[in-house]
Amino acid sequence: MIQLTRCYRFPAAHVLSREDLSAEENQRLYGKCANPGGHGHDYGVEVTVRGPVDRHSGEVIDRDHLDALVEERVLRRFAHRLLNDDELFCDRVPTAENLARAIHERLEAAVAERGEARLARVRVIETRKNFFAYGDTA
Amino acid sequence: MVRLTRAIEFSTSLRYALAGLSERENRQRFGPRARQHGHNYRLEVTVRGEPDPRTGMVVDLKIMERFDHRDLNCDTDYFEKQLPTPENFVRVIREILADRLPGGVVLDRLRLQPDADTWVDWIEDETRP
Repeated sequence: MIQLTRCYRFPAAHVLSREDLSAEENQRLYGKCANPGGHGHDYGVEVTVRGPVDRHSGEVIDRDHLDALVEERVLRRFAHRLLNDDELFCDRVPTAENLARAIHERLEAAVAERGEARLARVRVIETRKNFFAYGDTA
Repeated sequence: MVRLTRAIEFSTSLRYALAGLSERENRQRFGPRARQHGHNYRLEVTVRGEPDPRTGMVVDLKIMERFDHRDLNCDTDYFEKQLPTPENFVRVIREILADRLPGGVVLDRLRLQPDADTWVDWIEDETRP
């Protein structure tokens, strides 16, 4: 089995707090991540696709096509934004876990639309110490 | 069972070109990749097995030095009929390594990384022979 991974980066801000909790409760739950002014990360995103190697192109997926999908569906959407403002996070806190899931959801069908490659996994690298994988994590 | 990963790096040139096509057709089809260029490849080899109680687990990657400071198209015969994409290259490496491992050691996974932001994994698929 062959899979291809490409890495992308985008800077974004977020605040971790739930509307149904008081400021004190959010502070207790999320610590400094709940500071109301927000904070930011230079997010890394690893996108892994899997499929047969095309006999003619010798590739699992066309790189330019994958780059264009990620640019259009992820980078343009989230780069230089406050993630809390995005409607994807109107009912969920924009933690890196939820971000990984949201990116997976935005890419899964788009990748499957053309050719035989399928999205296997999205990994969000929030800091050098924290990363989050969603999908097939084998 | 133990899993062991070793990594090596080699600097290699290549171009996307098929022998049956003219220079112009190759350039039209593969764009800038049809020109000779190069990568600092990083290869991670993961094997699994029971270590020999006396020698441990021996994985010799010297065989891969055949690619270092060489050209994939001119200096090897692996890419006459297929492009030297990382997907094809990792399968070539699998074939080279598969029968060179000591008894009881199985190739588990290969990761070939042509640049910092791209890699391909070959993962042993137990559902297929």
